[in-house]
Amino acid sequence: MKCVVTGSNVKVLGKAVHSLSRIGDELYLEPLDDGLSLRTVNSSRSAYACFLFAPLFFQQYQPSTPGQDLLRCKILMKSFLSIFRSLAMLEKTVEKCCISLNDRSSCLVVQLHCKYGVRKTHNLSFQDCESLQAVFNLASCPHVLRAPARILGEAVLPFPPALAEVTLGIGRGRRVILRSYQEEEAESTSKAMVTEMSIGEEDFQQLQAPEGMGITFCLKEFRVSSSVLPLPTPPFCPSQALTDLLPSQGLLSFAESANLPVSIHFDAPGRPAIFSIEDSLLDGHFVLATLLELDPPTQDLSSSKHHQPMPQLQSHSTPYQDNFANDDIDSYMIAMETTVGSEGSRALPSVSLMPGPHSEEEDNEAEPSPVPGTPPPKKFRSLFFGSILAPTHSPQGPSPVLAEDSDGEG
Amino acid sequence: MPLLTQHVRDENRQYCLVASLDNVRNFSTVLKAIHFQEHATCFATKNGIKVTVENAKCVQANAFIQAEVFQEFRVEEESVIFRINLTILLDCLSIFGSNPMPGTFTALRMCYQGHGQPLMLFLEEGGVVTVCKINTQEPVGTLDFDFCSTNVISKIILQSEGLREAFSELDMTSEILQMTISPDRPYFRLSTFGNAGSSHLDYPKDCDLMESFHCNHTQVNRYKLSLLKPSTKALVLSCKVSIRTDNRGFLSLQYMIKNEDGQISFVDYYCCPDEDIPESES
Repeated sequence: MKCVVTGSNVKVLGKAVHSLSRIGDELYLEPLDDGLSLRTVNSSRSAYACFLFAPLFFQQYQPSTPGQDLLRCKILMKSFLSIFRSLAMLEKTVEKCCISLNDRSSCLVVQLHCKYGVRKTHNLSFQDCESLQAVFNLASCPHVLRAPARILGEAVLPFPPALAEVTLGIGRGRRVILRSYQEEEAESTSKAMVTEMSIGEEDFQQLQAPEGMGITFCLKEFRVSSSVLPLPTPPFCPSQALTDLLPSQGLLSFAESANLPVSIHFDAPGRPAIFSIEDSLLDGHFVLATLLELDPPTQDLSSSKHHQPMPQLQSHSTPYQDNFANDDIDSYMIAMETTVGSEGSRALPSVSLMPGPHSEEEDNEAEPSPVPGTPPPKKFRSLFFGSILAPTHSPQGPSPVLAEDSDGEG
Repeated sequence: MPLLTQHVRDENRQYCLVASLDNVRNFSTVLKAIHFQEHATCFATKNGIKVTVENAKCVQANAFIQAEVFQEFRVEEESVIFRINLTILLDCLSIFGSNPMPGTFTALRMCYQGHGQPLMLFLEEGGVVTVCKINTQEPVGTLDFDFCSTNVISKIILQSEGLREAFSELDMTSEILQMTISPDRPYFRLSTFGNAGSSHLDYPKDCDLMESFHCNHTQVNRYKLSLLKPSTKALVLSCKVSIRTDNRGFLSLQYMIKNEDGQISFVDYYCCPDEDIPESES
């Protein structure tokens, strides 16, 4: 494989790598006939991102040498990112970037031709791998929003950087509402700050969704950089190390810099939401898992009562025992399809996403009576924080007494 | 008045080193370029001040501030030498803050009475005077890298701007920095071998950044990256750098630094090559 990128496209490529680096730790590089595909998935399989650069994006694009199979490789995101780390330097000094993959040398060679004849050559080791592909179909998503990236970028600005999840939905008067999502925790409802942003229909290039429809997804992967750490801490804890001093390069930033509109395709809560950008030379898709609501959504986004434990946008979730043995975690994961590759490849689960029938079963099992103050199901949180076994934070849950009071009884 | 002059004259006689600067930054900036260890050795002769910092008996950095840079410079003895805590010295020199308003200058008067006495610093900015007394220590011997020009195999002079970003982006997971200098391609190459793989940075000898290029024969030398990384500070401050290697593979990096008044000071780094000590064969 050999690809040559020149001029300002080098910076575009660099920005795409920065966006991808916010999602996963490994980059899957696959030269296809219709372009070079860069993909990644996060460790909990709740976010997947891919960019496809059309052959025209390159000054020269040769996906495979004749007679050779198309190569696929997986490299450490950190290593690839370090080549494009300084976007300012890329713009200022790099004239040409040449990426070549040679099966024999088992090295991905990235060569930057810079000003003054200086040349930087990086030989990155890679692993053969299976093809990473999430199962999603834009056409099957009944709801779609499209707006210039700038509008969405400005809309998420007011949300605190520490906020993990946000709910996006259509409110009364066809206004698009973004509201910070909170889990119910008895102590924190009085202290928590709820932020809500509402955008008029006229700012959208396309708005095809019924009023009352909404989804909750992880804002961090959509917007800012900070890698989601597998820590069982509440999302609004200010001590969480979320101060990222590097420029945030989520999909939104990429879209803003490329001046492209962002389309959000979504379906019922629980089904993945697809954020996509597209132009003649490239397209990008970020697929994020959304929170599953098991009761049919209640309407009326516009009236948010003061002491409502859950945002009105969503239904009251059925409270669960913290017993993960009954959970079907697979149904929340984005279905990943893989093709069996060369030796050493690991098989990824390939499960299709079927929350419909699943939710019916659960409705039969548990009582659908909302108890204010009961924490919503932890499944969603656990997806983002990678741990599916240990219950995360449960104020009401029993905590083992590790050490008794020194002046205790007896 | 005569009494005051007498007093000042008496005072000055007791100092073996007196140096005054209208802008302390002409001194402190150069010292920052070699600040990778707590302690430094100061040598003062009538030609100026040299400050030396060493690490691991493998790398040495020297900062030279010539007498002409100072508004007043007097050394009473042949040479004055003492060891001092460089971190504290720099903290004192920047006591009025390291980012002054443009147009404001901090003046410095540095005095040293001699062996066993503290170094006195008088700093003044906008009418406010600070007096610092820093204890000095017995000087310890500094390494002599014995770098003489007759043994130099290669000499390259580069404009610093070309190396700056490259140096700051060197793969720090690599233990060593390999330097290849050759009369043939790739001419001048810096290589690292880190967790991700290898990286090579090539500068052709005819590139615009290369002010001069002399190489007798091909040499490939390896240096511990952690020892050389601090030289990035000097590189960032400098406008030009000269890179020389000798027949033992010893590396000499000389940086030309222009201060705010256009005067030139030098910083050099010497580093011995990293030799893999083979496991003893019994």
